[in-house]
Order: sequence, then C-alpha cells, then structure tokens
Amino acid sequence: MSKDIRIKKGLDLKLKGEAAHKIADATRSKVYAVKPSDFHGVTPKMVVKEGDNVKAGEVIFYSKSDEKVKFVAPVSGKIQEIKRGEKRVILEILIAADSQDVFVEHSKKNPNDLSTEEVKAHLLASGCWPFINQRPYDVIANSADTPKAIFISAYATAPLAADVEFVLENKLQAFQAGIDALAKLTTGKVHLSVKGKGKSIFKDVKGVSLHQVYGPHPAGNVGVQIGKISPINAGERVWTVTPQDVATIGELFLTGKFNATRTVALVGSEVKDAQYYNVISGAAITDLVAGKIEGDNVRVISGDVLTGTKVKMDGNLGFLSNAVTVIPEGNTYRMFGWMPFASPSVHSASRTGLSWLMPGKKYAPNTNLNGEERALVVTGEMEAVMPLDIFPMQLLKACLASDIDKMESLGIYEVAPEDFALIDYTNTSKLEAQQIIREALDLMIKEVG
Amino acid sequence: MKFLRDKIDQIKKPFEKGQKFEKFAPAINALDTFLYVPNHTTKHGAHIRDAVDLKRTMITVVLALVPALLFGIYNAGYQHFIQLNEGVLPSFMDIFLHGLWKVLPMIIVSYAVGLGIEFAFAIFRGHEVNEGYLVSGLLIPMVMPVDLPLWMLAISVAFAVIIGKEAFGGTGMNIFNPALLARAFAFFAYPTFMSGDKIWVSDATTIDGVSGETILGSLAQGKEVAYSTMDMFLGFIPGSIGETSVLAILIGAFILIATGVGSWKIMVSGVIGAALTAMMFNAVGLTALMNFDWINHLVVGGFAFGIVFMATDPVSAAQTDKGKIIYGLLIGFFSIMIRVFNPAYPEGVMLAILLMNTLAPTIDYFVVNGNISKRKKRLAKSKQLKSA
Repeated sequence: MSKDIRIKKGLDLKLKGEAAHKIADATRSKVYAVKPSDFHGVTPKMVVKEGDNVKAGEVIFYSKSDEKVKFVAPVSGKIQEIKRGEKRVILEILIAADSQDVFVEHSKKNPNDLSTEEVKAHLLASGCWPFINQRPYDVIANSADTPKAIFISAYATAPLAADVEFVLENKLQAFQAGIDALAKLTTGKVHLSVKGKGKSIFKDVKGVSLHQVYGPHPAGNVGVQIGKISPINAGERVWTVTPQDVATIGELFLTGKFNATRTVALVGSEVKDAQYYNVISGAAITDLVAGKIEGDNVRVISGDVLTGTKVKMDGNLGFLSNAVTVIPEGNTYRMFGWMPFASPSVHSASRTGLSWLMPGKKYAPNTNLNGEERALVVTGEMEAVMPLDIFPMQLLKACLASDIDKMESLGIYEVAPEDFALIDYTNTSKLEAQQIIREALDLMIKEVG
Repeated sequence: MKFLRDKIDQIKKPFEKGQKFEKFAPAINALDTFLYVPNHTTKHGAHIRDAVDLKRTMITVVLALVPALLFGIYNAGYQHFIQLNEGVLPSFMDIFLHGLWKVLPMIIVSYAVGLGIEFAFAIFRGHEVNEGYLVSGLLIPMVMPVDLPLWMLAISVAFAVIIGKEAFGGTGMNIFNPALLARAFAFFAYPTFMSGDKIWVSDATTIDGVSGETILGSLAQGKEVAYSTMDMFLGFIPGSIGETSVLAILIGAFILIATGVGSWKIMVSGVIGAALTAMMFNAVGLTALMNFDWINHLVVGGFAFGIVFMATDPVSAAQTDKGKIIYGLLIGFFSIMIRVFNPAYPEGVMLAILLMNTLAPTIDYFVVNGNISKRKKRLAKSKQLKSA
C-alpha cells in the first residue's frame, strides 16, 4: 500500500560540504557526555554518583515526571563528573570510557512473539524509550499512552542531512525488527515515508504503510508528512521515531544490547573531505573533527544548520544527532550588504538577491544574522515555505500573545519547532520562529497537557 | 575599509551599554547599520539566515519609486512652463531643474520631519529604528500637489507618523498606510489648497489664466477633457507629483513584482476590479463620469500609483493570500464608485484604499476562519468515528 506525498511549498538550500558516501570509524573518545538538554522537557533524577562504574546500556538517570523513562550510558566506564549549572540544573554527565565496552546483556527477543506491554517494558528498561517522540509538543512519548499511529520519515531533506538510505544500507534487518517492535505499540498503522525519486531500499519493509515523498525541504520533516497523511486533532497522540533509532531499537531485540553507535555525517563548508563516521552518542567533538576543519573561526553544530544545537569545540555530540555541521562564524561586518543584489555570496530565497537567477549554485553561508530583528512587515513569505495547512504568521502571533484558544484553533498541535526552521531562515524581520513555537508548545504542555 | 570600521567603533563607544549616551544607541545604530550589515550572529533557532532584511526590502521599494519620482520632477517643471505659454519651451535641463527646485525641498522636509519623529520614538521606546519610513518619507511628497506649502507638508507628515503609526505601536502595527494618511490629512485639513485649479501647477499664482485642473476635477464639473489617453499614460498632465505617468509607475510595478516585494495579487486584482466597475458604468452611461472610458479610468489620476505603491503596503493590506485578492478587487471597485458618485472627491483611490485598510483585518479574519473551521470539522469527524 503506497500513497504519495507531494509538497510544493518549501526550500531546498544547496550548501557546500556535502558528505561523500564513505564511512570510517571515528577515534574512540576518552570521555563521553550525556546531556539531559537533548531530551526536551526532561528533568533528570540521577541513579548513579560520581565515581560509579557503569556498563554500556546501564541506567544513569530517569525522568522525574515519568520514572519509567530511563536514560542509559552509551559506553562502559566511570562516571567522571556530573556537571551542574545554575540552580543545580544537571547540564551533562561525563563518563570516562573504558578502552572496550562491556554491555548490559538483555535477552534476545522476537518482537512478534511479545505483547504490547512486554515490548513497552523492554524498551523502557533498556533505555530505548527516549527515541520515541510524541506529537503534539515534540517531547518524549508518555509511556502510558497508546498512539493513533507511528510515523517514521526515512527521507531527510534538511540541508546537508545524512542520507538515510546510505546510513541504513547494511542495517535493514535491524530496521525491520525495530518496525516490528513499534508496530506492537499502536492500534493504528506504522507509516514509513521514503524518497519518491529513485528506488528506495525501504520498499520491501514489511508491516508498514509506505509513502513516497516528493518535493523540497521540509518534505522530509515527519510533521509535514503527518499533516498530509492524517493530521493531528486536539487530544490525539501520535509517535515519531527517526530511522537510525528504529534500527537501534531493532538491534536491541536482535542482539540484546543497547548499541549507541550511530552513523553521523560530518558536513559543512569548513570540513575537509566531508564523509560519514561511525561514532558513539555523546562522543567528544574534537575526536570527530580534529584535523578535518579549515579555519578557526567556525561554529560546530550538532545536527543540521536549521535545527541543530551549537556545541563548543571541547563539547560533545548530541544523543540523537545524525550530523555534525561546521560552518564559518559570521561575526564580521559587511559594507552595504543590505543593498538589493549586493553580496551575491549570501543566499536569499527572496528575489532581492541574485540567488534566484542561479538556482544551481551552492553556498557556504556563515552564521551572520544578515540584519537585525524588526517588526513583522512583509507578508506571504512565511506561507511560501510552510507546506502544512496552517497560517504560520497568524499562529506565531497567537503564540507571542500566549493566546491558547487561538493557538489551538490555528493548529498548534500539528507543528513542531523544526517545521518553522525555514521561516527562521527566510523571514525578513529575523523573527525567531522556532523559539516562539517551542515556548508556545511548552506553555501548552503546562496548561492543556 | 578597516579604518572606517575602526573609526565607527570608536565613535560608538559612548553609546554602548552602561555608557553615557546608552539611551541614544538606536540613533547611532541606525546610521551604522546603514553603512554595514552588523556583525550579529544567530543565537537561537536556525544557524544561518537569508540575506534579505527589512532595509533591503524597503530600499527595493524606494528604487521602484525612482522612475515615477524622476518623471514627476520633470513634469512639475513641464506643467509650469507649458502654462506660462511663452511659445517656446526651455531646455530639458531647465525644465527638470525647475521641478527639482520645487520637489527636492518637499522630500527633504518629509524625511527630516518623519525620520526625526521615528528616531525620537525609537530612543524613547528603546528599540531600533525601523526602516519603514524610508518608503513613506518618499511616498508622501509624491502624492502631494507640487505647490503645497512646506509647512503643510510638515504637519501632514507629523500627523501621519505620530497618529497614524506610532500611536498604534510603530512600524508593522499601523492600521492605515501612513503616506495615504498624510495625503488625506492635507486633503481634509486644507481643502482649499488641495483642490481647484491652482495647486497642481508650480507657481501657478504667478501665471494668468491657468487651466491646471486635474482631469478628474474637470470631469466632475462637467467640462471636456483636453488630454488624450496617451497623454494620460505618459503622464504629461497636471496632478500630484508622482502619480501622473502610468509608464513610470509600470516600471516601478515591474521592479516590485520581479523582486517579489510588492504583491502582484493585489495589483492585478485591483486593476481587474476597477476595470470591471468602470465597464459596468460605461454600459449604463448616464453622466460624463460614467461615460469616461474604462481604459482612461485606469490611467488617469492616482489610481495606478495607488494600486502599485499604496495598496501593496503589506502592513495595512490584507495579509493572507486569498485576502489579498479580495482586498485588491474591492479597492478597484470602490475607487471607481467614489470617482463616479462623489464628485466632491474626484480622487477615489485614496479613499478607497483607506476604507479597505480598515476592512483588511476583517477580510483576513474570514479567510483564517475558513482554516479554523476546517480544523474543527476534522476534529468533530474524528470524534464521531471514535464513538461509532
């Protein structure tokens, strides 16, 4: 059963530094970090103390609001430090890694033989649950819920995103096992979206409703696909999982181990020989990028340029990141750069630059804001990159005003911050759309739940 | 260029946080960012940003206004010398310089008063200076008659910026197009200056027997029109400074549409709305104004200027795509209605746009409500399915 998803509105940003289809193993880091901030809305309750020895896959903290949701160590080693910030908020847990991982051994299981509750319990106990995200609100799924459906987007359209088909080429068996496990969790369907152009390696995956996706970014955003397949109504819950995490879940069932190794694309205009690396979640950034970067005034982003998080050179890879992007910092002045058709090296989706005349050109953007924040004046530009059936500017205004009724009626349940990433990028007023949506979703969690 | 940058940074020192002139930072920043795109980097959200900003958008509109402005300056001189009736016209340059001599002071006064108020409000409110007035400040002189005394212009500008814009919260919040508001203010506050046959030609009081009425003005009085459609299209007719040449305005419209800065939806639907209404009146044909050919309606008066540069102001126009089409159609419709049925106000487009400015939020309300009720219906349907 296949249903096509076709998207017209959106924008494919063509950037320099795309990863070649090569995989290498990254050097093993001395210290790995788990950052609770990678899991939005989670307040950690520590299980281990500094100095404790942990195995790979051993629980190090759980969520204060849902004790069943556990978070595990990606490597075996010794808890080196629990870094705290203001008001003793836990910033990161540093684990000094052993030279070889010792895993927590779970028994091998065939998900098809298990009941819903058994699958759930296994995912919760093994630390795989945080891979499951919930819409609305874009937070970790509540283990007490039964979702209307589960959505997996195996088509990444974000700028320089890792090619899902390439990354999972040799993990299809694990992927299938993950799908089988997830299928147990919903009374509805598991929807799998794959690239429309060319032959997808996921065409033969069983137990899913397959969708072929065509169109520019954000066509690969799972939220956009949900909107086209079965939009979320007030009170409904759907879950989403990224394809690499599906494979990790599958591997847990096949091997009995929580394997935090993932394939990450090291990309961006400042990267020499951009390619893929097998790396364990939470690895030190330096071990991944050392010797591969040109220039020193750069920003390292865990994730893609639109939705990723900035990490320091001595920081660590995010828990769920599939890419590390390195681009130049933009802390420089540009004389008369605001003039129409000035600075052809800076891309513009609007036709006030020259970009629309050179559709094939690849850009090496820096982090300059290219202007200053201003009042909302220009209309219609947000709609041009918003394929969901919502009015983005009206919704953002309702969010700014914290008008819950209006947010609800304008479709706040159907969106996640990443769906507004292109609006961040294109809008003339330099409005921080993703941040506004994130804060609005947090307000909704508090007020509506 | 490092020297210049260093100098500016040095000048800006006393304006930094915690320094003596901190409060005046918006003023100095406005000047600095005019020279340089600042070195601000992204802190939240997307790490890279589009090259477009409000400055670029606004300057694009200013560029689009330049052809109409240049022609307006020439025409100001041309109308003066042709009414002098000395037989031989002076050289092109002399005509242009006469126009410039009249128009340049108006532009200077408009920018000085308007930007002065904008800067003051920015400092008072502690936000950066928005670039919106770069456009309004040029639009205002262009919709005024050339002989308008400068003090009247200054008061109109002050009214438009303070009451029309800042009172509502500044750029982006205003209900009415500030430039049109300035014109409407002048029109109603100084009616004797803003109508009749003297005001549209520069130094007309020094000329005997001037016949410098606008075409719509004479039509309203039942007089014959002495100009051909081509005259009206090219713009060698009396009228407000920027509005007469449809050709120059079309060049501006092309720039706005090509760059995507102006909404083609509003422009096209506005022209369609006006053309259909005028055709309808042509068919009825009871009065001289009704019989005025529909093509002439499109090229005469301020219609072209209004629909290209005023109606497309994104802040005061409808903001939804569907809303823009309805908004444009109604502006076209009301422009012709007012022209035909209210000869006291021969220029219908100004009032039509102001009227539609008030109605634009209502149009958007209904468009957005369509989306809301679709969502509600979907919810009701899914509830029904569940209970079934």
